[in-house]
Amino acid sequence: MKGKTAIIGDGESILVFKAVGVEPFAVKSAEDAESVLSEIAKSYKIIFITDDFAAKIDEKISKYTAQSYPIIVSVPSKSGSNGYGEQKLTEAMEKALGINLFSANGK
Amino acid sequence: MRLNVNPTRMELGKLKARLKTATRGHKLLKDKTDEMIRRFSDLVREDKLLRDSLETDISATLKKFSLARTLASKSDIELAFTIPSVSVEIECGVKTVMNVPIPHLTLNKTEKQGKYPYSFAFLTSEADVAVDSAGSLIEKMVKLAELEKAVAMLADEIEKGKRRVNALEYVMIPNLEETIKYISMKLEENDRSSRVRLMKVKSMIGEK
Repeated sequence: MKGKTAIIGDGESILVFKAVGVEPFAVKSAEDAESVLSEIAKSYKIIFITDDFAAKIDEKISKYTAQSYPIIVSVPSKSGSNGYGEQKLTEAMEKALGINLFSANGK
Repeated sequence: MRLNVNPTRMELGKLKARLKTATRGHKLLKDKTDEMIRRFSDLVREDKLLRDSLETDISATLKKFSLARTLASKSDIELAFTIPSVSVEIECGVKTVMNVPIPHLTLNKTEKQGKYPYSFAFLTSEADVAVDSAGSLIEKMVKLAELEKAVAMLADEIEKGKRRVNALEYVMIPNLEETIKYISMKLEENDRSSRVRLMKVKSMIGEK
């Protein structure tokens, strides 16, 4: 099964990924991001989304967690990470293990 | 809580069989969840490392590129990137970890002639650097996607598994045990009362 990749983010910086074959979708607002996401969820296998938007449409993203595809991954935007990805990881960890493996010693 | 069944020998047999299955199921499920948790913590560690290293790289790349953008006109940029130099194709498969279907991705990168999709007249060297690093990042990003999905799906599955184990351990098995105890006591009681009745009848016959 062949899959395509896409990236959702603000138009400024994501264009660079077009050079490596990732289809960029520029959005202005969280609402835009949401509608674009539901539009492309069927045709793309991996969807990267910059975490400033990801944090805002968290609910929408959670809907796709249970199925294997599409894979939705948050990546930091050009202004750096806002900790969304990390927070998701912590949530998954707490759900599964009941504890946060990394909180105690910071690693 | 006692189950609502008739205290008969047949029911007792049935319940005993159910208890046996439940205990066996509990043991198996518990082992499965334990193994899933072990795999999960490996995956989480790997994921965390990869994410930490990627996050700085990605935002650095994006930053560099937006710098390059400001130095060129908008139409130039759009033109320059209309044809990708590297086409990334992802082979999407599914592999199972402890019966959980998680995605398995393999990246096929085919580079076209020439590394950059644009002529150097259009853009500054910042763009080259950014495109370069994006090219090297994409592999890691795909890996991250795979890991992240695996982590999320395993977490879901572990939660489900735990709930099942707990339901068996704290509800199903105690209920069955209690009911079995109740039925066997009831049967013994019936036994005793019928024996007493027989003895009484026998003694009455003897008196005659």
